[in-house]
Amino acid sequence: MALGLSVIFGMLRIVNFAHGAMFMLGAFVAYYGLALFHLPFFAALIVAPLVVGLFGALIEVLCLRRLYGLDPLYGLLFTFALVLIIEDAMRIAAGALGSPYSAPDILNGVTNLGFTVFPTYRLFVIGAAILVCIMVWFVLERTPIGARIRAATESPVLVRALGIDTQRLVSITFAVGVGLAALGGVLAAPNQNVEPTMGDKVIINTFAIVVIGGLGSIGGSIVTGFALGLLQTLGAVIFPAFNDTLIFLVMIVVLLVRPSGLFGTPVSAK
Amino acid sequence: MTTALLGSRRGVIVAVLLAAAGVLLPWIVYPVLAIDIVAFALFAVAFDLLLGFTGLLSFGHAMFWGGAGYVSTILLAKAHAPFPVAVLAALVYATLLALIVGAIAIRRQGIYFAMITLALAQLQYFFAYQLEQFTGGENGVQVSSRGNLFGIGLDNDKGFYYAVLIVTALGVWLVVRVVRSPFGAVLNAMRENEQRAIALGFRVDRYKLIAFVISGTLAGLAGVLFAVGNRLSGLDGVDWHTSGTVVMMSILGGIGTVFGPIVGAAIFESLDHFLPTVHLSFFGLVIEVGDKTNIVMGAIFALCVLLFRRGIVGELLAARAKRAKP
Repeated sequence: MALGLSVIFGMLRIVNFAHGAMFMLGAFVAYYGLALFHLPFFAALIVAPLVVGLFGALIEVLCLRRLYGLDPLYGLLFTFALVLIIEDAMRIAAGALGSPYSAPDILNGVTNLGFTVFPTYRLFVIGAAILVCIMVWFVLERTPIGARIRAATESPVLVRALGIDTQRLVSITFAVGVGLAALGGVLAAPNQNVEPTMGDKVIINTFAIVVIGGLGSIGGSIVTGFALGLLQTLGAVIFPAFNDTLIFLVMIVVLLVRPSGLFGTPVSAK
Repeated sequence: MTTALLGSRRGVIVAVLLAAAGVLLPWIVYPVLAIDIVAFALFAVAFDLLLGFTGLLSFGHAMFWGGAGYVSTILLAKAHAPFPVAVLAALVYATLLALIVGAIAIRRQGIYFAMITLALAQLQYFFAYQLEQFTGGENGVQVSSRGNLFGIGLDNDKGFYYAVLIVTALGVWLVVRVVRSPFGAVLNAMRENEQRAIALGFRVDRYKLIAFVISGTLAGLAGVLFAVGNRLSGLDGVDWHTSGTVVMMSILGGIGTVFGPIVGAAIFESLDHFLPTVHLSFFGLVIEVGDKTNIVMGAIFALCVLLFRRGIVGELLAARAKRAKP
């Protein structure tokens, strides 16, 4: 499980608290979709990211846009306020206890891989995560819009001078990122309760992953995400009580040995 | 901006007013709430030493607050340690924790610093959650008696409040001294331009670490006052929402103003306490704030970040500076 989520999140790079809330919202859209409109799971995989992505775009245009050009810390703080608002709104709407959401029948049960049996749903999540990664990588590296996004993150002023609307690019990127977070939420929903605080743990793990992987390469985040997902799965078997702390211990070791992260470029610039 | 208030005649007046408000507080609200407000004020001031004066945003300060709270209450409740021993042990814990966390976190800057402190705070949270035999897990640690200090019993809430007030005043005074010292000037220089501070020959990492340790220890002290005041420490003390709360208090009041975070903490704690009881009615439409408290607080904070980032005290100071120089 951690595998898929870490990968999707690690890739987003623009990490903020709101992604945890969007992750939770994605799961809730899937849950309500099923409860109210009999929306099947596979449809939810498409609908939830769209709905939440639009919501994210709205927030970006209305609020976050005002905070660019200031210390990025203000963006982080604003998203923290958002988390408080969204989490509590969902708590009032849905109750704090959470609701179960089950995967479609084809994905339940186990698959025999020859050397071991594995829950089918997990295989599906891993597959979906890999697929999303490849898609994102493809869009970023091999399409004109991906080239523009990369250029805009590197030097916004120059890109603007070339006549490209960077503001809109940022909005689109944000919406897609948020949509991916929602997708992660839908994927996670069948494995855990759908509850207002479900995004919290994910977002903090993601922070650790970003710190460990270091900024710079998408590949770095993916490798880190997978490695840590694997480590957590193993850790759950070896010493379950402190499994949650493993990722932070790894983070500490990495910071001591390579302060700029495993795949980060070792420069002192921000 | 800072020096405009500290040390000026107005600064003295503000300090006196705050002190007067502090003395009167337990007669206005019930004493344990007064303890909460004052303890959070010290917490926010300690936090602001990092954010406002050193330029480091820690998103894990609850680890000192809640961690020291745990140490003190566990020693009081389970080991029946004398009050001073419990407090000292908690402070030692907070200091050591700040040393370790600080040494790791200052390796990165800006938003990464925030993430690392948050992640490390979660590490402690998980330990607190797992080590149920010490921390009581979800139930927390309850203290039946606060014990006594110099032979004076501490179980009278109003009496304990005044002890808390005095300790907090000393803590705030310490922060003011630090900020106005040559050491504080170096911190300020680092915040303004770290490269230049390095070029001037200051070992910025060492300065950052010292600031972090002072801040963490004071946050721990505030946490002890809070936990012992409430005779309880629980998981929400070390939860990341508490780290967020102290950030909100400081920014709402105005970072880098010393008095701002105190005002922010007072407003925040009062809102947190009174909002759930508020019933608004417009033309027969009744709105119960009740469980929507977090929404209201989140909205206030979001507006604060969007519209008046200098915070309440910061905006007041800026307005005055504008009037003075037309």
